[in-house]
Amino acid sequence: MSSLAASDERAVQATARVIQPAWVRTVHWINAVAMILMIMSGWQIYNASPLFSFLKFSKSITLGDWLGGALLWHFAAMWLLMVNGLVYLALGLATGRFRKKLLPITPAGVISDAKAALTGHLSHDDLTRYNYVQKLLYAGIIAVGVVIVLSGLSIWKPVQLQWLTALFGGYDVARYIHFFCTSAIVAFLIVHVALAVLVPKSLRAMIIGR
Amino acid sequence: MGRLRSLLIPGVDKKLLVRDAVKVMPDLARRRFIAGGASLGALTLLTGCDVSDSFSAEDMLKKVSKFNDAVQALIFNPDALAPTFPESAITKPFPFNAYYDLDDAPTIDGKEWKFEVRGLVDNKKFWTLDELYKLPQVKQVTRHICVEGWSAIGSWTGTPLRDFLKLVGADTRAKYCWFQCADAEGYNSPLDMATALHPQTQMTFKFADEILPRAYGYPMKIRVPTKLGFKNPKYVISMEVTNDYKGGYWEDQGYNSFSGS
Repeated sequence: MSSLAASDERAVQATARVIQPAWVRTVHWINAVAMILMIMSGWQIYNASPLFSFLKFSKSITLGDWLGGALLWHFAAMWLLMVNGLVYLALGLATGRFRKKLLPITPAGVISDAKAALTGHLSHDDLTRYNYVQKLLYAGIIAVGVVIVLSGLSIWKPVQLQWLTALFGGYDVARYIHFFCTSAIVAFLIVHVALAVLVPKSLRAMIIGR
Repeated sequence: MGRLRSLLIPGVDKKLLVRDAVKVMPDLARRRFIAGGASLGALTLLTGCDVSDSFSAEDMLKKVSKFNDAVQALIFNPDALAPTFPESAITKPFPFNAYYDLDDAPTIDGKEWKFEVRGLVDNKKFWTLDELYKLPQVKQVTRHICVEGWSAIGSWTGTPLRDFLKLVGADTRAKYCWFQCADAEGYNSPLDMATALHPQTQMTFKFADEILPRAYGYPMKIRVPTKLGFKNPKYVISMEVTNDYKGGYWEDQGYNSFSGS
């Protein structure tokens, strides 16, 4: 009995040590590939008709070589992004991960954790629990992900999905929203990667789970 | 014509036009994405696999693009109308856009021009402009969306293509209406039959209530508000109703063939 109980305990400890379950790691890395393909091809598409005359993206960070190639990449990678994103949302809701990891988000908590982060006092000791700044950023980036896909669909299908395009304020406005969502994701990505490098065990957890 | 051109050119910067044209011009370098780092075929060479089994990113992307054609055909609603706008919303000046400078646009003599209708139709013939002008016309103010991303609202008047297809006894079970144009490089583009039969798909003879100017495709363009701009051929000289996919100027270079809005 005692040995059984002990092995049970070990099993519990082993599961408790898993910070990122396999499904999270899988969708995370698929998303990483899809996002990078979408961003780089998206910048090439942007270059064909820039929204801002002062902003064009260098060939070194774009994909597809010209508009036609970039569109092929963009409309191929979108399936990867959308299907993977839907799996992520479905599992995040079904397993209760979103609720457990991201809620609640309180303004007071965000403010105090933001202060702690800026003064270098925010601890990353317990990777299983997100601080309020992380909660806000991760919940926010999920929302941005939803908006970027919907605004993308509204640009792609402004006749068939005209209700959606209208919801975004029309075709031209939807283009700006799509662009700003990309910019928000890139900004997130820079911080996200920088912190993963600063806290390597978080990167390890996203690769091997613990 | 001279008067029309003088009306058109103000507001359209020629240098910008050339720059835009160069930007969209196909060249060998643009094909590099095919041959470059994206090719996994090179990898199979390194691993000693048979080259004929090689998998390239280009093949995969082309397959996905074909799949996207099918998806778009599936979600295409023949009854969904493109949004229309008041005349006050018309973009002025409406941009001229092509892979060449306006000076190189076809100059067509309307008296000489004929529109050839051939393929799977009962009445194969060459139509004169006068004959076409006698057909009933309707006006639409719709948004033209370029594959590059920009858009502009214009006013187009002409005969619904579906009325014309009925008139010439076209086999509307055929897959495509394939249009050929007078452009120097022989612009052409296939239009799927469902879209050809859409109520807003139009054989256009007028822009903003004036005879279609040279910049916008005199004497006839096909206005398709449910497609991207490059699927709206200008300077049209023939239409073939066909079951064969005959490709198109841009489609052959990689733009998605359905390109529905």
